[in-house]
Order: sequence, then structure tokens, then C-alpha cells
Amino acid sequence: MSETKIKINVPVMAELVAQGKQTEWLFWVGSAGAFDDRYKKVTRSFAQLLTYFEIDYAVLGVEESDSGDVARRAGNEMLFQMQAMTNIQIFDSYNIKKIVTCCPHDFNTFKNEYPDLGGHYEVWHHSQFLQKLVKEKNIQLNTGLFKDNTIVFHDPCYLGRANNEYEAPRDILNLIPSKKVEMPRNRSSALCCGAGGGQMFKEAEKGDKEIFIERTEEAIGTGADIIATACPFCMVMLTDGIKYKNQEERMRNYDIAELLSMSLGL
Amino acid sequence: MIQQLIFALVLLITFTVFGFTMRRIFYNFKFTKKLPLTDIAKRLKVTLKVALGQSKIFRFPLSGILHALVFWGFMVILFGSIEMVIDGLSGTTRILSVLGPVYTILIATGDVFAGIVLISILVFLFRRLFAGVKRFYGREMKPVSKADANLALVLILLLMVTLLGMNTYYLADAHVTGAAVKGTYPLSALLAHLVGNTAEVHIHFWHSFHWWGHILLIFLFANILPYSKHFHVFMSIPNVFVSRISPLGYVDNMDSITQEVRLMLDPQANIEVSDEAPPKFGVSDAEDVTWVNYMNALACTECGRCTSVCPANITGKLLSPRKIMMDLRARMKEKGPGLQKEGLGYSDGKALLGDYITEEELWACTMCNACVQECPININQPSIILDMRRYLVLEKSAAPAGLNTVFTNIENNGAPWQFSPQDRMNWAEDLYMNNV
Repeated sequence: MSETKIKINVPVMAELVAQGKQTEWLFWVGSAGAFDDRYKKVTRSFAQLLTYFEIDYAVLGVEESDSGDVARRAGNEMLFQMQAMTNIQIFDSYNIKKIVTCCPHDFNTFKNEYPDLGGHYEVWHHSQFLQKLVKEKNIQLNTGLFKDNTIVFHDPCYLGRANNEYEAPRDILNLIPSKKVEMPRNRSSALCCGAGGGQMFKEAEKGDKEIFIERTEEAIGTGADIIATACPFCMVMLTDGIKYKNQEERMRNYDIAELLSMSLGL
Repeated sequence: MIQQLIFALVLLITFTVFGFTMRRIFYNFKFTKKLPLTDIAKRLKVTLKVALGQSKIFRFPLSGILHALVFWGFMVILFGSIEMVIDGLSGTTRILSVLGPVYTILIATGDVFAGIVLISILVFLFRRLFAGVKRFYGREMKPVSKADANLALVLILLLMVTLLGMNTYYLADAHVTGAAVKGTYPLSALLAHLVGNTAEVHIHFWHSFHWWGHILLIFLFANILPYSKHFHVFMSIPNVFVSRISPLGYVDNMDSITQEVRLMLDPQANIEVSDEAPPKFGVSDAEDVTWVNYMNALACTECGRCTSVCPANITGKLLSPRKIMMDLRARMKEKGPGLQKEGLGYSDGKALLGDYITEEELWACTMCNACVQECPININQPSIILDMRRYLVLEKSAAPAGLNTVFTNIENNGAPWQFSPQDRMNWAEDLYMNNV
């Protein structure tokens, strides 16, 4: 096994089309994937996985814009539809048929809501995409990287309840040699991280507690030292929760793409 | 004969009052917004599973199993109630026994279920009165809400007591007179032993007492229900049928906005511009909701499963999904008569948004859909919450400051944060991987 580094040049849709190439997949990075410092690492991990699995893909790069999900759920339907229709025009101009994204919110709105505005695509969340790949390629992991760790998975609302996908992320985690535990509120009973519906961008209303603290405490209670998730919003909230509870020494949070990429030695 | 006449009169009064109440409640649908009802086959499937199969109620196992037993019991017992109406009008005794084995099975099942329902109701009453179950409390659970719940339980309890009493004295009566027994009564047969020594005349009396008691309670119950949260008994099954069947993450598209956006993006677009006044965006009062929203409100039985899993409520915020449904129902009840008299332009100076539901409640929602997931009859609480947010944003520009910043950023930079779109590929700089 050679340990040389390979430089990844992320393919951009406009450049490929200029060369007359059509790709199979659009990797939709999403606003958080492109701009949030923590989630940029997840985007990089997923790009590594796309390269490793030799996927024919491209990103929109500077042509990408916000999906509009936050705007819609915060009540700004006008802004959502402007974003959606602009995005649909771009997708259609590149003849895009299949989309994969790490963001459950964008996944949900592309899959369930863009069709109302004329955008019909085959949309995959990266957990489902990776689940299919590791199965097809019969990936077995024998890394000892996480063998002493206990991983707990936090279900993102827009992957789980919203779209009924509970097993794909767990299937990825189950490949990784490590101990797995569940929170008392898991799968369809999972407690929200507190970021959805625009909450991440505003002050919380008056109450006894912040939702992300309630959820982080539940995760801490399982004895896990890794909180795995599959959503940029959940990532932000749980990172804050770990800091708030002074667990940074003991506990970390990762996206499933990062855990898989690390386990593959990428 | 005189008994039949009295029965017919009571039945007539029951139906008249019931019809009057129904008309008053259902007339309000006229003021709500249209929404097409599609996928009938899928809806039937959902109704079979969620309503008749009670699939979602088991998410709370103890109360779930007991509720399912009560529900299935009601379905079987209903058969006997229909027979009582026929008997009462025609002066017959257990007329449906002509159905033979089917009758025997249904009546025997109903008799056993009467006991099961009775015990379940006792457990429910205990939980309501003494067990301190958290979801039975809350800001919206006023003393009248609690009394309403307990009254319904007591009525059902009395219904079961009179049903068993009727069956028991029917058997005792047959025993002393030597008449043939129509149907089989496994539970009442046991009870009949206990009253075996009663004098014949008393047996007659107690049979009539329980028979009339049971049927009159049914009539009373039916007419109290529409004024109670237990209207649920009538509305739940239809509510499941008309409930949203799209994935929980889906949000209804606002078609009135789509037209405007298409014009903005392409002014030359061939879109018919109507001369009518632009529609009001979102919901601020009861008549702005869709008919399905109103149906949801009528079917809600205030069980509080939604509120008990709401992240905002759990962490002490004002939002309670149950309260949203109760508020909509109460507001429609308050405004309905005025709307019926004066039409859609009617105003009483109050509104659902503001006088019932505050902005603070609306903005606390994370749109996580835990409430929808939990509702045993597929009520969709966030749909109203979002439509009220839409009113606040689109009609009043009244979003919280943080969200206004997000809107501006998305408009200007295509992202919720203030980053340049030119930096969208920064994440891909110096990206390497090991050659494994």
C-alpha cells in the first residue's frame, strides 16, 4: 500500500460542460458545506469519498446558491421560491438528473418540494449514497482507529422523521469497528438539535433551557465519546453543546462521512 | 306500544339536536380554504392502518393498548347499539339474532369488550385524577378542559355498566321465565349468577332500567360530544382519511407566490394576471386556514402526545402544539356565528394570531415534526404554525431580527451568512487524500 498523497481537484460543472462532458451526479455542497468552518471539513471528507469510490460527479461551485430551505421554514415563501426557481434553472441548464448532498434540509426540499416548482430530480442524502456504495463494493473495515470509542448517532429531523431514513447512517457506523449506543430518544422519537425552522439564526425564545443542551445532555448520558450525525445544523448545535457542557476533552462530534473517510484511511 | 312511541320521540329529539349542532359546526368549513383531496387509495390504506389499526397510538405503550381496546370495543359494541335502536322502534327483542352465528360472535365479543373497556376507563380515570401524567397538564389545560375529559370518561364508564347490567338481567330474566336466550354472553353469564336470587319483578325492572339507561346515555353522549374534545370519537377516522399523506418534511407550496415569482424572473412570461385583489398571504385568523386544518382542530382530543415530545415545550418555551389546535377550534367557535351572519368580511376586532396564539409561540417551533410523528390521528400542527409565520413575514415583515438578517444575506449573497458567493469553492483548496 503506497502512502502517497493524491491531490483532489474537485470537478466544477461549468468547466466540464465547457469541455463537452456530462457528469452523472451533482454534489450539492450547500451553504453550510461551503461556508461553515466545521462543516467544510465534512464536505472535504465527502469529496475524498467521492474520489475514492470513483464517482462521476461535479459541483456547481460559485454558481451554487442557497436552497431556500431556511427561508421557507422561517415563513419567507417569496425568497424560497426565488431561490428554488433560480436553482432549478441552473440544474436544468446542466441537464442534472441526480443530486447527492450532505445536508438533510436541502435533500428534503429538493426531493419533496422542488417538484412543485417544476424541478424533478433523483435526490440522495449522502448517508444513503454511502450506504449503497459500501454495500455494492462490499467494503469491510478493520481499522482500529475507533475501536476504543463509543459512538452514539443523533438522528437529524429532516433525514429521519421527515424522510423516514433511519438505517442508512447506522449502516455506515456499523461498519466501523467501535462500540455503538443509542440515546433513549432515537429514530422517529429523536429530539431535535434545536436548529431547524430557522432557529439556528435567531435567539431562542424564553424557556428553562436551550434545546441543544437538552440533547447534548442526553448524548452525554449514554457514555458515548463520539456523537455522530449527518446534518450541518445538528453538527453546529452539538459542537456548541459539547463546549457548553465542558466535554471537549472527552467528547467529539463527527459526520458519518468523516468517520468513514478516516476509517478508510483517506 | 307506548314505549315504542316514547322511544321514537327520544330518537327524534336526539337526531334533531345532533343535526342542529352538526350544521353549526360544519357550516364553518365554508369559510376555510380549499385543498384538493387526492390519492384516495393511499388514504384508505392509511385510514385502515392508523385509524382502524390504531398503529400510532402504540408509541405510548400502556395508554396505547388500552385505547386500542376501547376503540375496538366501541366498534363491536356499536352493533348492539344499532340493534337496540331497531328493537326500541319496533318493540322487538334482540332482533338481529336472525343473523345467527354472526350475531352470536358479535354479541359475545361485545359483552367481553364491555368489561375490558370498563377496566380501561377506570385506569384512564386513575391516570387523569391521581397519576400526575405530565401531558395532562399545561398552560392550555384549563379546569374546564380537565372536567371535559373526566366527564367523557365517566359517561363511557356508565355506558359500560349499563350495557353489562342489561345483558346480565337479560340472562337472569330468561333464566326465571325459561325463555330462550338469544346470543352468548360470556362475561354477563358470570355476573348473572350474582343476581340469580333476585325476585322476578325486580329482574324485569333492572333489565328495563339498564336498557333505557344505556340507550339514553348513548343519545346523551352523542349530543355532548360535539361540544367536547371527545368530538374526537366522530372526527378521528375522517380526519385520518383527509390528513396529509406526503412525507413529514414536505411543506405546501404557495401557488399565489409562484405566480408572482415567475413574473419577476421572467417579465415576458405568458402568465395571466388576474385583476382580483391579491390574496392574503398566510394565516392570521380562523377563516384563513384550510379545511383540513379545521378538521384537525375538531378531531384533536387534547391527549398531549404532541406537546410531550415538542423540543420547545420540553425546554420550557411557551409553544405547545396541542394549544395551537385548541386555539383554532376555540377561535372558530367564537367567530363562526358572526361569519355565518355577515360573511367572510365579518370582524369582531380579535384574531387567532395575537389574541389566541402569540408570535413568541410561533417562532419557538423548530419544524422538527415530532408532534406530527406522535399524533395518533395524523394531525399536522406545524402546517398552521408555518402559515402564521408566512403571514407575519409576507404581510407584516415581522420576523425576528436574526431571521431578517438571514433573508437579506440569502438575497444578496445566496447564503444565510454574509460570505461572498465567490468564496463558495474555498473548501476545496489544498484537498488531498491518501492513496490507499
